[in-house]
Amino acid sequence: MPEMFHRKIERSAVLFVLAIIAAASVGGIIEIAPLFTIDETVEEAPDMRMYTPLELAGRNIYIREGCYACHSQMIRTLRDEVERYGPYSLAVESRYDRPMLWGSKRTGPDLARVGGKYSDFWHVAHLTNPRDVVPESNMPAYAFLARNQLRTEDLRDHLAVQRTLGVPYTEEMVENAARDAYGQATPDTDFAAGVTERYGDATQVSAFDGVTTHVTEMDALVAYLQILGRLTNAAYRDTAATEKPPEAQD
Amino acid sequence: MDFSYNSLVAFSKSWGLFYMMGFFLCVCVYAFWPKNRKRFDRAKHSILDQDDKPWQK
Amino acid sequence: MIRQLTSSERQNALVIALAVAIVGIAMAAVGRSDVLGVHGVIVMLFGGIVAYLVMSTFYDPEPTEDRAASYYDDPIKAGIILSMAWAVFGMFMGVWVAAQLAWPDLAFDAGWSTFGRLRPTHTSGVIFGFGGNALIATSFHVVQRTSRARLAGQISPWFVLLGFNLFCLLAVSGYLMGVTQSKEYAEAEWYADLWLVIVWVTYFILYIATIARRKEPHIYVANWYFMAFILVVAILHIVNNLAIPVSWGSVKSYTIWPGVQDAMVQWWYGHNAVAFFLTAGFLGMLYYYLPVRAQRPIFSYRLSILSFWGITFFYMWAGSHHLHYTALPHWVQTLGMTFSVMLLVPSWASAGNALLTLNGAWHRVRDDATLRFMMAAAVFYGLSTFEGSFMAIRPVNSLSHYTDWTVGHVHAGALGWVALITFGSLYTLVPSLWRRERMYSAALVEIHFWLAIVGTLIYVFAMWNSGIIQGLMWRTYTEEGALAYSFIDSLVAMYPYYIARAFGGLLFLIGTVVGCYNMWMTVRSVPMAARTADVPVTAAVVPGE
Repeated sequence: MPEMFHRKIERSAVLFVLAIIAAASVGGIIEIAPLFTIDETVEEAPDMRMYTPLELAGRNIYIREGCYACHSQMIRTLRDEVERYGPYSLAVESRYDRPMLWGSKRTGPDLARVGGKYSDFWHVAHLTNPRDVVPESNMPAYAFLARNQLRTEDLRDHLAVQRTLGVPYTEEMVENAARDAYGQATPDTDFAAGVTERYGDATQVSAFDGVTTHVTEMDALVAYLQILGRLTNAAYRDTAATEKPPEAQD
Repeated sequence: MDFSYNSLVAFSKSWGLFYMMGFFLCVCVYAFWPKNRKRFDRAKHSILDQDDKPWQK
Repeated sequence: MIRQLTSSERQNALVIALAVAIVGIAMAAVGRSDVLGVHGVIVMLFGGIVAYLVMSTFYDPEPTEDRAASYYDDPIKAGIILSMAWAVFGMFMGVWVAAQLAWPDLAFDAGWSTFGRLRPTHTSGVIFGFGGNALIATSFHVVQRTSRARLAGQISPWFVLLGFNLFCLLAVSGYLMGVTQSKEYAEAEWYADLWLVIVWVTYFILYIATIARRKEPHIYVANWYFMAFILVVAILHIVNNLAIPVSWGSVKSYTIWPGVQDAMVQWWYGHNAVAFFLTAGFLGMLYYYLPVRAQRPIFSYRLSILSFWGITFFYMWAGSHHLHYTALPHWVQTLGMTFSVMLLVPSWASAGNALLTLNGAWHRVRDDATLRFMMAAAVFYGLSTFEGSFMAIRPVNSLSHYTDWTVGHVHAGALGWVALITFGSLYTLVPSLWRRERMYSAALVEIHFWLAIVGTLIYVFAMWNSGIIQGLMWRTYTEEGALAYSFIDSLVAMYPYYIARAFGGLLFLIGTVVGCYNMWMTVRSVPMAARTADVPVTAAVVPGE
């Protein structure tokens, strides 16, 4: 008899757990499951390119420093946002973004289309001390980025993992990740030629922080900021935007 | 059964709703089932009992 | 703490502690100069210190009394201390980052002290450190008292508590060194996430095994909320943190979810972390400590059941309201908005149930600041859930999103609801656990209450103002049809509110420090209670005068 009694008590606890799962899991499944087939409905973007190793490294610095806590990368479909920041963001534009950096707070402005709007020199000056360029700014100074040598030796592993997850990096791109990162920040070297060869002529090869002798974290972050919104022109094609994509500045 | 985006969305929009209504009904039945009244009342008052030891066999 | 263990249990504890230390050594070896190496050393030291503590009393005499005849309160006491320590740390970090927004030079030209790295130490410090430890401690207390059964394990409660704090330590120290996944409220990297899964599964098994020891067929409703908290947080944590590390020796990983799917998964997690971490668990506290403190049964038990299932069911749909007007499909946004509005019904049912329980005991609320903490928490819960449903409506969200209004809303919930209900519960729990007659000073509880209330109100009003001004400035047009303000104009308008916000937060922090002092002095200098009863017979005998 006591055994029966105990079984009943334990059963009620297990039943209860199952009921919680039944109640709680459905909402998530129904909302998220269809999104796995979203590629069928997302805009086509045949011109979409991947991040170069240097840009990916810069993106990881953006993540490391928590830039997403104050800057969104998602222009909403509202008139004032489109006029302030450019054509609204499309799903396809963050197709290769792991994680996405849409953000949730704008202590600073949206950065989804900041690429090409300012010169490399402006970015370096601004990151070194924002108040030199924008006196009212409350952004922290990131002068230390220019002092830190960029770590390139593990970029190969980074690209390999991205490839496993479905980003179409070629074997050649993975193998040359470290030299391409170096090459993109040192124009007029043999390494630089490899970058344009593998990632296209539109890739911005530049001495981002003005120093070509070594590649710093500043180079990587500026390279990333300059590509934001420019992986594809889909947003300018399909959304009746009057604006043209910005030309590169140096 | 094809799992296209549209069919999944249609499934979510219809069966999700039925599921919710069914679930709500079950919860109401459980909460208002007359036989459960006694145990709810006991649970409600049990936490105010002065008792400082686990029950023992 | 180790004296309660038998010698075989001491051996097991030692084995676990040493295993953790060995994992730490392995992490240090593969991580080398990478941050993983630093974390390996932290894990090794953590395991080593626990092993040393176990060793130091390893050969003491075994417990002689029948342990099943008493409740297991040692881990609860440790949990309360850890919770308050994290509260001071997390809230201090909050005041610091708030001050940085007003005075950016407080970052001192170093990487670790910039806003972006400090912010997650604040959010994780208060949500997981303060809130998580309080939830673990109170859930251990409530499950034993309502089931009239001792915790179903001797080592596992310690494993859960200490393991969870190791996770918090890895998370927070990692942010300072730049280790983050950037997923909000789930920033900790893959190895810390894996560790948390082990800890959390143990927590779940321990909890359900303790419930299975009860005598009553019915499970008291507070346990329902704690169970939902444990279970759903496990699901959310695992799904959101699925990632592939760059290599075994690297702290960095890439999430398996790309772009728009990642956004949905992230906010499904983010919103439900609010739902099941910061709401369900704390409602568990409310449904136990409020009736106990007021010495009145809950107003309607049936209503508590209905609102439980309502919250468990509806919340899961609501996450997409964080993504209005974005590239997320429109129907998902609409679904999120609808369920967010529907959520108001079970939320207000809970808040109303709590307030109606107090009906007839208002004189106690007046005299007893501890009970007033819980009453104010229920009011803030009602207000912030209303605000939340309101802000989830798409056109409202177009104004409020990306602004400080969201920050104000979160803090109305976090300070006004989560922190107040926790303080009320801890002030009830501390004298009863340590068997003291009362808290050291009722006047200090009173002071803490008013510091917390004033701090919260200053904070929330500052953020409402700044958020709405910001949102309006962004969308104001001149008569010629051009945008009236540049972004920097809107930032300049924020500075007075940022200063006010930092001040409100500072008041709240001072209140917490007062609370720590009061609890410390209670344990140190208040005489032992004569009676053995576990719940206060007449709470509120010592009003503030």
